[in-house]
Amino acid sequence: MKSLQKRRMPAFVYRNITFLVAVFLFIVFFGLGSALFTNFFSLQVFCNLLIDNSYLLIAAIGSTMVVIIGGIDLSVGAVIAFCNMALTYMLSIMKMPIIPAIMIVLCIGSLFGMLHGWLVTFKGFQPFIATLAGQFIARGACYLITVDTIFVDNPLIVKIAIFKFRFFGSFISIGAALALVMIIVFQIVADNTQFGRNVYAVGGNEQSANLMGLPVRRTKFLTYTLSGFLSAVASLAFMLYVLSATGTHGDGLHLDAVASAVIGGALTSGGVGLIAGTLFGVLTQGTIRTMITFQGTLSSWWAKIATAFLLLLFILIQRAIVTNRERSRVAKKVEVIDPVPAAETQGVG
Amino acid sequence: MDKIKALLRRKEVLSIAALSLLLLFNVFFTPGFFSLELKEGHFYGSLIDVLKRGAPLMFMAIGMTFVIATGSTDISVGSVAAIAGAVAAQMIGGDFSATAGTAASSLTPLPLAIGAALLTATLCGVWNGFLVSYLGVQALIATLMLQVAGRGIAQLVTRGNVITMYYKPFFEFGTGYFLGLPICIYVVLAVALIAYLFSKKTSYGLFLESSGSNRSSTRYAGIKVQTMIWIAFAISGLMAGIAGVLIASEVKAADANNAGLNYELDAILAVVLGGNSMKGGRFSLAGSLIGALLVQALTTTIYMKGVPAQTILVVKAVVVILVGIIQTTNYRKLLARFVKKQPSEAFEVGK
Repeated sequence: MKSLQKRRMPAFVYRNITFLVAVFLFIVFFGLGSALFTNFFSLQVFCNLLIDNSYLLIAAIGSTMVVIIGGIDLSVGAVIAFCNMALTYMLSIMKMPIIPAIMIVLCIGSLFGMLHGWLVTFKGFQPFIATLAGQFIARGACYLITVDTIFVDNPLIVKIAIFKFRFFGSFISIGAALALVMIIVFQIVADNTQFGRNVYAVGGNEQSANLMGLPVRRTKFLTYTLSGFLSAVASLAFMLYVLSATGTHGDGLHLDAVASAVIGGALTSGGVGLIAGTLFGVLTQGTIRTMITFQGTLSSWWAKIATAFLLLLFILIQRAIVTNRERSRVAKKVEVIDPVPAAETQGVG
Repeated sequence: MDKIKALLRRKEVLSIAALSLLLLFNVFFTPGFFSLELKEGHFYGSLIDVLKRGAPLMFMAIGMTFVIATGSTDISVGSVAAIAGAVAAQMIGGDFSATAGTAASSLTPLPLAIGAALLTATLCGVWNGFLVSYLGVQALIATLMLQVAGRGIAQLVTRGNVITMYYKPFFEFGTGYFLGLPICIYVVLAVALIAYLFSKKTSYGLFLESSGSNRSSTRYAGIKVQTMIWIAFAISGLMAGIAGVLIASEVKAADANNAGLNYELDAILAVVLGGNSMKGGRFSLAGSLIGALLVQALTTTIYMKGVPAQTILVVKAVVVILVGIIQTTNYRKLLARFVKKQPSEAFEVGK
């Protein structure tokens, strides 16, 4: 028994190995960037990662929850674009007050999430079909509001958008601060609330969660709703970041969000994942994009290829870890079974 | 009467009914939808337009049928089409200069260029199949990677430009006419026939249906499920490639960003509208082709009604949701009860 424990890694490492790989990879990439480019290694570059990806961070929290529950949400980019469009339209064209407009947008996002949740949970849709349909509805609805690019001219919003939290000679925007708060809040929600634990249980094994008497349907429905709601919150950060709205915003963002979750340690088969891991998933992707910007001559579509490649790499690492674990589990079983004399088992049979 | 009942139980019934309904709607509410003109030996009109514009979708629907029959999905078809178009355009040559392809000449012989494009697309499909069947990556995640990276790869091939082509013979595929009908329609028919024969006259179709409906029992029966899935993805890649070459030939350019954009939902929609189940198992190629025509007829109708073009996304999504709900509520049972006044399970189990 002792030898078994000795061979094993510490429990924290064992449980969070994909998360630790993500942290390690982020450090490697950031180090690589610092070695290759001058001025890369600074607190501000790191803060810019948070600022430039604030909306992705918030949306990726929802995506992570959905991946943990064993589904996928392809609608985040389109829902962000639609919420941003609706918000900008209400503020700039309809001249609505800020608070009601934000409330309406949060409701719109949640409604999209509820639609996905309803289709997946109660109508037996495959998650990707339901969310792909949601993506098209949101994208189409965007163009129905207007096909033009509209700009935010509300003075208070502009003031909020350029506000900076200063510390150690660097700064982060309100959107980035909001993203960090959301990460912390949802890490706590995932770890310490009944809902959070239900999500892990349902994602790990839906059938046994059901047999244990957990509210499987309600949990799934709520998770998709949460993802829609978080997309709406992300659209707030997005609006503060771009201060404009057009129908093509957030194109391909769903891959970034799913990739962040997977790079951060969520298993695509469900049941495993950390919200804090998603932070590093986003940061790693952001570092790659920053390196491409620093390099200067590479086109932006290299970022997409790099993201896809990184996603592939992590899925392969996950496969290796999962297969390895299954193998060691089988090996352990053999160890337990072996001591039983062969004749005895035959007698029972 | 029995024959009628058997006919009603076929997968394609619903899609044919829906297509007829849509055409009937157009008879009354869209003037000029059925008018056919014969100009310079070519037929013109909305119906021909539906066939012509629907051709890329029909190719993708054929490929998607095989993939969906295994219970997987391929959402990279649009990007693969863009890659194929980019490869073809790059090899034929774009700039109107002495060194590049011109109206009469191409950088590489046409069959070679098209062959290279189709080979690249097939390789994309093989890559998807490798990830899905041998590494066990979920089909959605595997093809999602190619969906996003594929547009980047297409950009890489075209070096970020939209390549406009001038080589005339290449356009024949997309814009040419034969016996009054667009050439691409004949190609669709030929490819569909080959796909049909491949799935019905070789053991592959049977093995594929078996893999889709029950993976474990198929494996125990000694069939290599992984290879079946791999072949299905390769076919899907090839079909997306043909569609991509067709699109490039039709618009006479290769646009890495927009060629085949949003086609993946259309292709899935076509297959599902054709009465095929997303869960895999038995499939009908004819149903998928009718489904593709239905999707295209819907698009053309919306354009002709003067509704803003952007609504098409919303309409398609709503159709997907409706069809999904109809499928889960088991319309077949309802229909059987309606025709027969008694449940049909006993009969089907007996069979």
